[in-house]
Amino acid sequence: MSTAAQTPTKSSTLSLTGLRNLMRDKPIIPLLILLGVLVLVLEIGWGIVTKETGLLGLNDRWIANIVKFAIPLAILAGAQTLTMITGGIDLSVGVVATMSAFVMATQVPTMDPIFAIPLALVPAALAGLASGIGVGIFRVHPLIMTLAVGLVAEGFLLVYQRTVLGTSARVPEVLSWLGTGRSFGIPNALLVFIPVALFIWYLTKRTGYGRTLYAIGDNEGAARLSGVRVPYVLILLYVISALLAGVGGLVYVGLIKATTLSLAVPLMLPSVAAAVIGGTSIFGGRGGYAGTVVGALILGVLGTLLTLLKMPEGVRGMLFGGIILLVTALYVRITREG
Amino acid sequence: MSAATPASPTVQGSSASTNARRFLKRNAWLLALLVLLAVMLVFTKFIQPDYGPRAFVILVVAALPFAFATAGQTMAIIAGGIDLSIAAMMALISVTAASLMQGQSGEFGIVVVALVLAMGLGVGAINGIAVVFTRVPDIVVTLSFFFIWEGAALMVLDSPGGATTQWLRDLLTGTVGASFIPTGITDWIPKALILLVVGLGAVWIPLKLSRLGLGLYAIGSDKQAAFRSGVPVNRTKVASYALAGLFASMGALALTMNTGNATPIQGPYLMASVAAVVLGGVSLAGGKGGFVGPIVAVFILRLARQDLTFMQVDPNIAQVVEGLIMVSVVLVGAVVALRSKRS
Repeated sequence: MSTAAQTPTKSSTLSLTGLRNLMRDKPIIPLLILLGVLVLVLEIGWGIVTKETGLLGLNDRWIANIVKFAIPLAILAGAQTLTMITGGIDLSVGVVATMSAFVMATQVPTMDPIFAIPLALVPAALAGLASGIGVGIFRVHPLIMTLAVGLVAEGFLLVYQRTVLGTSARVPEVLSWLGTGRSFGIPNALLVFIPVALFIWYLTKRTGYGRTLYAIGDNEGAARLSGVRVPYVLILLYVISALLAGVGGLVYVGLIKATTLSLAVPLMLPSVAAAVIGGTSIFGGRGGYAGTVVGALILGVLGTLLTLLKMPEGVRGMLFGGIILLVTALYVRITREG
Repeated sequence: MSAATPASPTVQGSSASTNARRFLKRNAWLLALLVLLAVMLVFTKFIQPDYGPRAFVILVVAALPFAFATAGQTMAIIAGGIDLSIAAMMALISVTAASLMQGQSGEFGIVVVALVLAMGLGVGAINGIAVVFTRVPDIVVTLSFFFIWEGAALMVLDSPGGATTQWLRDLLTGTVGASFIPTGITDWIPKALILLVVGLGAVWIPLKLSRLGLGLYAIGSDKQAAFRSGVPVNRTKVASYALAGLFASMGALALTMNTGNATPIQGPYLMASVAAVVLGGVSLAGGKGGFVGPIVAVFILRLARQDLTFMQVDPNIAQVVEGLIMVSVVLVGAVVALRSKRS
């Protein structure tokens, strides 16, 4: 085996570099193939378990279901993609999303959802501002800073919970319609998701601001020397990231329809995993949102598979953690040796 | 060490004074921390006039898992890495220990302790091997293991449970009883403090005297230079994470001994350990610092928490204040690191 690997034939090296280039430049193609394979596996699994098959076994009920669950995840992963492009990460998304959902649900009994929903995004923006200041001005590692902000935000949430203990939390009709409803077989959550996705795509690919994000992730020193005001860019970035997390939390609570203090916390790890799988480099400078969306769908299918196989909750954490490590290691090899 | 032994008696007087000055200069940060701790103890006595041995024992017992987590984090950071999985390892190891001890005899507890310490070494070594093998930055690898070990802990025990052998619990609580020392003194020596000193000393003293200890600082300070001077960089890296894992297992044992059971959800030890390391004067850039500073910092942070309780601050608000203290410590630490890098 090892000797064969050491003396590869010319054609195999060619295809290997071809694969490398494909993975590096257009990760979306192998990702879509992987998604297709997973859907097929799920298809077969579903057929075995339930003994029911629709058109080609494709059951629109569970497809809509996977999409429904993938949407809040994809929105949080959008926050992750943006921060990762600059070489950062946002580990506070789970807590921030929960915070927005919780604030909204506890304010709805006393005020109109039209006011409660924007109000719920205020604490999210503040959390993002705190992270941004820590990362942009004090130069704390984003991982540590956002983890710390998440911890403090969790504390504030506990304090807040005590002040609203009397009021009953409620999820407004609008959000549950958005989160769970379907019109003509298409999840309503797409009404939120498509504008969000367009916003992220436009921001990263069509604006000067987006370009500075890539520049910072690629080479921060060079970006600074060419006139990018890095601290301001980063502060704005973490505010946007937190607002996205807040929106994701609001959609998620419409889906789950129950407000707890750990509502969206389990989404934090998959959000990092989705961005990493989608080809966004955790070291910055490379990646985009399209890959992340496919990554979120892959995780959605994978999650459904795990549920179908009745895997315990711990397996999910181990699997997703392992995926992050393996994919990052793979990208390190591809980009540094290729 | 050699400077302290009077090799040449003629210059002993002057060298003693320069030595003292050098000692002060080198340990200025540590001394400042000790002064801060003393001031805080006086403050505590002021707001809680009956602060005595009993409250001190509670403080040390509560600080023990934090102290071991911080020691593990210090280990990883000195060698130029960081271990984001420290709290997850503690959760995994404590649920393993508690499930193994459930319904078993007291003697079996000894086997479990040995097993759990070995497990800590092994789990930590896996972190280290992954860092070396994948060539992915430490912070990303240990973030992955944060989730992997947490998932593993949930597989061992999906809700709080397990049990702890009684003698292990007794080992932690109360104070040292010795008939020949007056109780006025022994009341101030919690058993937990002895455990801490023994646990840290058993690892740190042999390490400090060995080549490995020097190698840890070398790879943390400059990997390339360390490699060229013949330090086995990869092996040393793995060793640093393995030792971090060993300390995590001590922390896990302390946790299990204190609560009598274990929970698979990780505690606040990651953030607390990073904050204590930074406050303890260890540079996050690696290659510098020792153990004493971070451990003193742990006691400062724990005492601050105890003071908040004495001041009858709502526990939830206390958590916010504690979080804010840790955030400010990390912010200031980052600025200091930035300054030293520029100069």
